[in-house]
Amino acid sequence: MKKGDKILLAHGGGGQLSDELIRHHILPGFKNDVLAELSDSAKLNLASSSICFTTDSYVVKPLFFNGGDIGKLAVCGTINDLAVAGSVPAALSLSLIIEEGFEFELLEKILTSIGETARQNDVDIVTGDTKTVEAGAADKIFINTAGIGTRLTGIDLGPNRIEAGDKIIISGTIGDHGMTIISQREGIKFQSKLKSDCASIAKLSRQLLGKGQSVKFMRDPTRGGLAATLNEICRASAFSIEIDETEIPINPTVQAAADMLGFDVLNIANEGKLVAVVSAESADDCLNICRGNGLGKEASIIGEVVQTCDVPVVEMITKIGGRRIVQMPYGRELPRIC
Amino acid sequence: MLERIYRAQTAMSSACQTLGRQVNIMEVCGTHTVSIFRCGLRSTLPEKIKLLSGPGCPVCVTDQSYIDAVLALAERDDCLIATYGDMIRVPGKGGSLETKKTNNNVKIVLSSEDALQLAKDNPGKEIVFVAVGFETTAPATAIAVKEAAAQGIDNFSILSGHKVVVPAMRILLSEKNNKIDGFLCPGHVSVIIGYGAFAEIVEDFNRPCVVAGFEPMQIIEGLAEICRQLNAGKPELKSIYTAVVTEKGNPAAQKIIDECFDVADGYWRGLGKIEKSALKLKDKYSRFDAFKRFNIVETQGGERDGCRCGEVLCGLIEPQQCQLFAKSCTPRAPVGPCMVSSEGPCAAWFKYGRKKQA
Repeated sequence: MKKGDKILLAHGGGGQLSDELIRHHILPGFKNDVLAELSDSAKLNLASSSICFTTDSYVVKPLFFNGGDIGKLAVCGTINDLAVAGSVPAALSLSLIIEEGFEFELLEKILTSIGETARQNDVDIVTGDTKTVEAGAADKIFINTAGIGTRLTGIDLGPNRIEAGDKIIISGTIGDHGMTIISQREGIKFQSKLKSDCASIAKLSRQLLGKGQSVKFMRDPTRGGLAATLNEICRASAFSIEIDETEIPINPTVQAAADMLGFDVLNIANEGKLVAVVSAESADDCLNICRGNGLGKEASIIGEVVQTCDVPVVEMITKIGGRRIVQMPYGRELPRIC
Repeated sequence: MLERIYRAQTAMSSACQTLGRQVNIMEVCGTHTVSIFRCGLRSTLPEKIKLLSGPGCPVCVTDQSYIDAVLALAERDDCLIATYGDMIRVPGKGGSLETKKTNNNVKIVLSSEDALQLAKDNPGKEIVFVAVGFETTAPATAIAVKEAAAQGIDNFSILSGHKVVVPAMRILLSEKNNKIDGFLCPGHVSVIIGYGAFAEIVEDFNRPCVVAGFEPMQIIEGLAEICRQLNAGKPELKSIYTAVVTEKGNPAAQKIIDECFDVADGYWRGLGKIEKSALKLKDKYSRFDAFKRFNIVETQGGERDGCRCGEVLCGLIEPQQCQLFAKSCTPRAPVGPCMVSSEGPCAAWFKYGRKKQA
């Protein structure tokens, strides 16, 4: 490969160029016996027949951002979905949809990032696919990963186990990923101080699940942020949630960027955080477990599950002692005019 | 902090007691409205203090005819519309900019400078900047127009929907809603025009005008100051946003507004035609005036069926008194602009003040 080389449509055509792309550029980064077979399906021997299975597609723009890139995100995002469901991530698939003309150098960078992130998390990429599309039919590169995890025994997570009095823990500051992406995309001047929290929370979640049945439910608050996750918990459990604004950890630069654009940080995406609903008596222990993990240093108990009066609702007690509802976000925050 | 809150609450309660009735305070600025809701302030106020959201959200006060004109431009193959984000979901004839965006002829920008850059990047297209907002955003629009003139960028124009805030406050008191006891004046606008600009409201209408910042404590203390004045029966002009607002404002920003714009009569949603309330490009910049370039005639647009945004903006009703609120009008499917902008009173009520899930 020479500097400036680009992906051609023929790289996805199934012939020599495809073969070269796969053997010389993709496979070397993900060495493992299952993938090396290059059969139509990966044959897996898992520790348990009880598994979690998930899939997610990644279309982030910009592809490279402070704190990560689309490759790291594609591995961590799927691992995190497996982890918060109470499983140990075991294997991932990797599908690439690449726009004709995409630079090889950038593809290599993304593939390296995918390989490193998977290795760091003891997860193998066991199967995959590569397609190329005409210029304009995709935006540079889209990635899909699907993942399988083996379920931890003795762990039963679900909204049905939530009851009044349970405590809500967030594993760290909120809104870092979303504000980093938005700021970088919009060219906001203090973007250099913002850093995505993109990370795998698999180890953290496994440590928490060491508390066994004390942990009732977990979610990673990605799109829609903490507000969407709490509303989902509310809806699924039929209980209400009360959170305390003073306990929610927010990086001041994230807050400043959100204020400038008129965004509510509660609605902004995270990519390396977990929300856990735990029993009241185990809450302090769970908090200490989080804080003992590098990713959970700023973990906080932000509120609790309460009985529903009228309809299930997430309510926040604000810094000045007021109360307000935290709604499910519409889907997209729009920057305001002034 | 708790002690300051307590003192402020006491001042508000005393005013209600002295006046022996409900005290109506209007926050003019949309950013105040959102901040008030986000911090749950209403739930901490004495029962008889009523906050009214005023005509300070730029999207909300923009007349329907302007929205329809923008949508018509978005239909043209030769036009690329550059707009601030909160304009894109405002419904009008044949949809909204969000629905037109699928044709790739609408771009969200964060500044007028970005819009000008779009013009440079797309020489084959007519870039029309949806220039709305008060004295806060008008200077930036003016700079873009001057730049376009200096650099000879001929495929750039602005559709000026810029407005000035004080004439609207005058019309509110004289024609629409004389029950307003005092104004919490907009912080951002005051940075530009100076708090001295509100003196005429105090002098001519005998109403307290207090400029405050957007932090919850600033708002609480601004409300308390209004109540202290009402209690003493001595309406005054005061700024407690002393860190950034001066009496005379920002002369450089005022100068560039004067250089580019004439003050003209303007159409407001809910308030109708108001004399000397709009900023229109001066003749020397007419080639950058989208009204002239595309032969758009300004008129007064009516409300869409059943929409009561106009009454909301005058503080005559609260959003939930509108029969469409949270039923056929939600942030997902807004009927009126007050439900679209994050700073619109209806959106704020829907998002922070309502218990029932949609």
